[in-house]
Amino acid sequence: MSTLAHDISLEVNGERVDTRVDARTTLVDFLRDALGLTGSHVGCEHGVCGACSVRVNGTVVRGCLMLAVQCDGMRIETIEGVADTGEIADLEQAFIARNALQCGFCTPGMLLSAQELLMSMPRPGRAEIRAHLSGNYCRCTGYQSIVDAVEAVAQARAPRRSAAREDAEK
Amino acid sequence: MKPAPFGYAKARSLSHAIELLGTDDAKLLAGGQSLIAALNMRLSRPALLIDINSVAGLDTIELADGHVEIGALVRHVQAERSAQIARHAPLIASAMPHIGHPAIRNRGTLGGSIAYADPAAELPACLLALGAELDIAGPGGERRVSADNFFRSLFETALGPRDVLIRIRIPAADANTRVAFSEFARRQGDYALVGLAACARAKGKHLEDVRLAYFGVGPTALRARRAEAALAERGHEEAMRALRTDLQPDDDLHAPAAVKMHLAGVLLRRVATQLLEQRA
Repeated sequence: MSTLAHDISLEVNGERVDTRVDARTTLVDFLRDALGLTGSHVGCEHGVCGACSVRVNGTVVRGCLMLAVQCDGMRIETIEGVADTGEIADLEQAFIARNALQCGFCTPGMLLSAQELLMSMPRPGRAEIRAHLSGNYCRCTGYQSIVDAVEAVAQARAPRRSAAREDAEK
Repeated sequence: MKPAPFGYAKARSLSHAIELLGTDDAKLLAGGQSLIAALNMRLSRPALLIDINSVAGLDTIELADGHVEIGALVRHVQAERSAQIARHAPLIASAMPHIGHPAIRNRGTLGGSIAYADPAAELPACLLALGAELDIAGPGGERRVSADNFFRSLFETALGPRDVLIRIRIPAADANTRVAFSEFARRQGDYALVGLAACARAKGKHLEDVRLAYFGVGPTALRARRAEAALAERGHEEAMRALRTDLQPDDDLHAPAAVKMHLAGVLLRRVATQLLEQRA
C-alpha cells in the first residue's frame, strides 16, 4: 500500500500508458525520461520558472510539482500533443513571426499558458497577458515580443470566435 | 534536485487519512504546490506521503448559517471563480490573483496553503482579518479553532501530527462589511515582501471592528492591534504611528527591516483609503 513503486495507467497525448513508477518521480521527469517526451523542460524544479508546464485533465500545471503516481487515471497533454493537433498553430506562427523566442527553453510552457489564457478570456489586454504569463520565466526576450505575439493571436481569433457565436445563435 | 525516496498511499476517506497519519514521519499531500517543491529540494524527507486529493466532501464552497464554508481541498482556481466567495467573502476573492501563478492556482488548495502557514502567504492573513474559524479532524474527532489561535509560529499551527484541516469558516459579509487587500511583491504571484489584509465594519462615516493582518513581517501572519484601534478611533495618521510599535520586522533575503517597515506604512495608507472609500 505504501510501497515505493506503483502501477499507474494514464492517457498521454491521446495514448494509453500502463507502467510502474517510483513514488518520488515527478510528472515531468516521468514524461521526459520514461516516455521520451522532452518538450517539457526541467528548469528550477520548485515551481518558479514554468518551463515544465503540462496539461493535466485539461488545466495547465507545473510538471515538477505533481508526482507521476498522482496521475493514475488522468489525461496528460504535453506540448508535443498539443502542437500535433494544430490547436496552437497560430500561436506558434505568431511566436516565430515576432521573435518571441530565442533559446526556446521557456517556449513550450509559454505556449501552453498563453493558450490557457486565450481559451478563458477572448480579448485579454496586455496587462492581463503579462499577469497570466507571470509564472513563466523567459531569460532571452524581455517578454515584450511574447506579449505582442499573444495579443496578435487574441485579435486574430476574436472575429472567428464571434462568427462562431453568430452561427450558434442562428 | 530530486526528492529522497518515500512511500505513497492514497487516502480513501478522511478516517483513512487520519489512520495513515499514525505512521511515523507521514505527511499529507493536497495540492502539493509547496510540499513537492520542498521534497524536490530535500528540505522535507517524509517516509510516507498520504495523498488526500480523492477524499470526498472536502472540495465544496457553501453558505451555511451566516458563514461561507470552504472545504480544505478547494483549489485556488475554484475559489477565484466562485460567485459565493466573490459575494460573501470578497477579501478572499481580492487576495486570490496574488496567490502564486495561474498554473499554481490550478492545483494548489486553500487548506494546503493555510496548513503550511508560510509567513509571507496571503491566506493566513486574510483569515486573521476576517475572524475566520478552522475545522480540524483528528483521532479524537472534530474541533474548531479560531484563526487568532491557529497560527502559532514559523510554519507551526494548531494542527497536531495526526490532524487534518478540513474546512475554513468565514463570517459572510453584509452591507456594512468593508475589506481591503494590498501587497508588494517583486513579481506578480510571488510571495509578498510585505502584505496587508483588512476587514472592518462601517458605521456612518467611521470604521469599527478594524482588523489589520500583515504578512511577510514576522514568523506568522500577525495582527497590528494598536494600529487597528487607532484607525477606528483616531484616523490613519495615528494608526501609522501605532504601527511602529505593532511591527518589528527582521531583515530577510528580500528586504531590510527598515524597507519592510516603510512598505507596511504605505500599505496601511492604501488599505485605510480603500476601507473608507467603499460604499455599501
